[in-house]
Amino acid sequence: MVKSVPVVQLSNVSKRFVIRKEKSLKERIVNAGRSAKFREDFWALRDISLEIESGSTIGLIGSNGSGKSTLLKAIGGIIEPTSGSVLRRGRLAALLELGAGFHPDLTGRENVYLNASILGLSRKQTDFYFDDIVEFSGIANFIDTQVKFYSSGMYVRLAFSVAIHVDPDLLLVDEVLAVGDEAFQRKCLDKIRSFQAEGRTIILVTHSLGQVNELCDRAVLLKAGSVVFDGEPQKATATFRDILEDRRLEEVAAHADEPINQGRILDVTMTVVGREQGAAVEPGDDIEVAMTFEHDTGMPNWMAALQIDSVSGQVVYGSTTKRAGIKLSPLREAQTVTFVLKNSNFGSGKYFISASLMDTSGVHMHDLVQVLSFNVPYYSLAVGTVHAETEIVVG
Amino acid sequence: MAGIQESPAQRIERLDSLPWEGAGSPGVGIGRTTSQLVDIWRHRELLGLLTRRELKARYKDSTLGFFWSLIKPLTQLLIYAIVVGEFLGAARNVENFAIYLFAGLTIYLLFSEVVGGATSSIIANSGLVKKVYLPREIFPLSAVGSAIFNFLIQFVILLIAAAVFGTLTFGPHLLYGLGGFAVVLIYATAIGILLSALNVYLRDVQYLVEVVLMLFMWGTPILYHWSFATDRMPPWLAEIYLNNPVTLAVIGFQEAFWAPTSDAEPLPLLALRLLIAGVVGVALLFGAQRVFSRLQGNFAQEL
Repeated sequence: MVKSVPVVQLSNVSKRFVIRKEKSLKERIVNAGRSAKFREDFWALRDISLEIESGSTIGLIGSNGSGKSTLLKAIGGIIEPTSGSVLRRGRLAALLELGAGFHPDLTGRENVYLNASILGLSRKQTDFYFDDIVEFSGIANFIDTQVKFYSSGMYVRLAFSVAIHVDPDLLLVDEVLAVGDEAFQRKCLDKIRSFQAEGRTIILVTHSLGQVNELCDRAVLLKAGSVVFDGEPQKATATFRDILEDRRLEEVAAHADEPINQGRILDVTMTVVGREQGAAVEPGDDIEVAMTFEHDTGMPNWMAALQIDSVSGQVVYGSTTKRAGIKLSPLREAQTVTFVLKNSNFGSGKYFISASLMDTSGVHMHDLVQVLSFNVPYYSLAVGTVHAETEIVVG
Repeated sequence: MAGIQESPAQRIERLDSLPWEGAGSPGVGIGRTTSQLVDIWRHRELLGLLTRRELKARYKDSTLGFFWSLIKPLTQLLIYAIVVGEFLGAARNVENFAIYLFAGLTIYLLFSEVVGGATSSIIANSGLVKKVYLPREIFPLSAVGSAIFNFLIQFVILLIAAAVFGTLTFGPHLLYGLGGFAVVLIYATAIGILLSALNVYLRDVQYLVEVVLMLFMWGTPILYHWSFATDRMPPWLAEIYLNNPVTLAVIGFQEAFWAPTSDAEPLPLLALRLLIAGVVGVALLFGAQRVFSRLQGNFAQEL
């Protein structure tokens, strides 16, 4: 038996958008000879080659405008690439927008049939699934009401319910998981997990890096239309954070002469009480993080903040001097603030320390993101970010 | 297949046996037209649903509903019958003028509704075009579907009226009606598909179409007998005028549902003309679909 087979093949896919400024007939005729001047080329995808295996879950990540959604649309066949080819096999369902194709004047029932048909179900199949769809959506009482009277939550529930009852081999999901309340998001994620277990392929565009680490077994990082990283989600998200941080620093540098950003963090050091520099942190250790700040023109109200992240980007600890009720004296000359984390109990794994200088309303003046890291040794009895002595009693 | 759970291993086996397909539209080559037609055929159920949606949504919250789709042509008929027929005296030269008028108007309105509806169909469904892959020909085709539905209602009224006035007789001449219907449908679909694609790139098309459709109505012998026009034309212009496929269809319809009681001069070789128009129309439809499939690749970004 074959373990997995490729289901999507992209070879040298590029997509050019032409940005035109004018649109009406008059303007076109007037500008006919000079039209080249009025167009601008924008390469949304540059020479992308990927092969996607069946049963895998792939996260497409990248900053806004990096081409993730365009890539997804190219795979879905909604956009035709300018050059290169996209090959695909198996049944496809694209969740680019929940409820695309819902007509406000039709009833929920009519829309279920219409939407299911758009997603590729036949009438017979929809008849078969109809009760399931309505039950899952939880809006049976309103199924014969026009959808324009639905609340946005009901709308989304019905749309999602239709979408998951389509039986796709390849599911494309574009940020739709961000809508809906927490219970609904849970439902979405649970459904995606069961799709994974059933050997379906999922391609996911998301801005939630935590979701990528949690759900995906492969991540593709895009930057300005090119693939900059393709592989393990953890590494991809870390690379992506670096890109974001670089960009933020560039933006900061561009505004460097503005007095508002004249504060900075000079130094961050970490010591574990009673241990050598750089040694692993054992549960129960006291961690001291000292940060030194300075401001060119003087800053009367400010605060210092410390944050500790897990490898997956989850915040596991965060505090500020304001939370502790400490009023700091105005900042000008270098000043050092030390956070002491007594009797820390981190679970095994690697952690990152970030430091921030903020004004008292919480606006970040300067951040050193993941500037230091430490390790907590492997604890065979448990996983997770919290350490606790484990004892299991049966009976 | 519904309800039968497939194990991951079976899924892999099935996927492995599937051939590779290009994403999106099956392409633009000459041989691809067939696969595109197959693609549309596979979505015929959706086509039906979209047509129904269009019809249902149009008069959804009005009390009279579908009745409104009749009021417009009937009012038009009434105005023309009174103003053109009685005041301007056209009815004196054409017996049963109301039926004559209604026969031409019914088939012309089909043409006008298909072209008008199809032209704006892609824009009207931009939400779907941008978010889901479907063979996009479905949208102009669903406009064709809903126009046919409206046509059928009017057609039934035409039949009743013709029966009442005694112009409805059974015989082979009824085939002219069928021919006229087929010709109008072929041309309107071809033009509609072509213009729906152009309209995405140039929105002026839909307004231009409204004006041209109005002009076109007077260019076909709906409100007057065709011989009135050809008598005042040089022969070469008269040939062009008469071989306009919409003119042929209008004459065909009048021939079928009005002519039996009239002694007006029938158009020579009408059957042959309709047949040639039909063949040319099919070629045109093929060409329009090719252009459409070439243009549709950029729809999602132009909307």
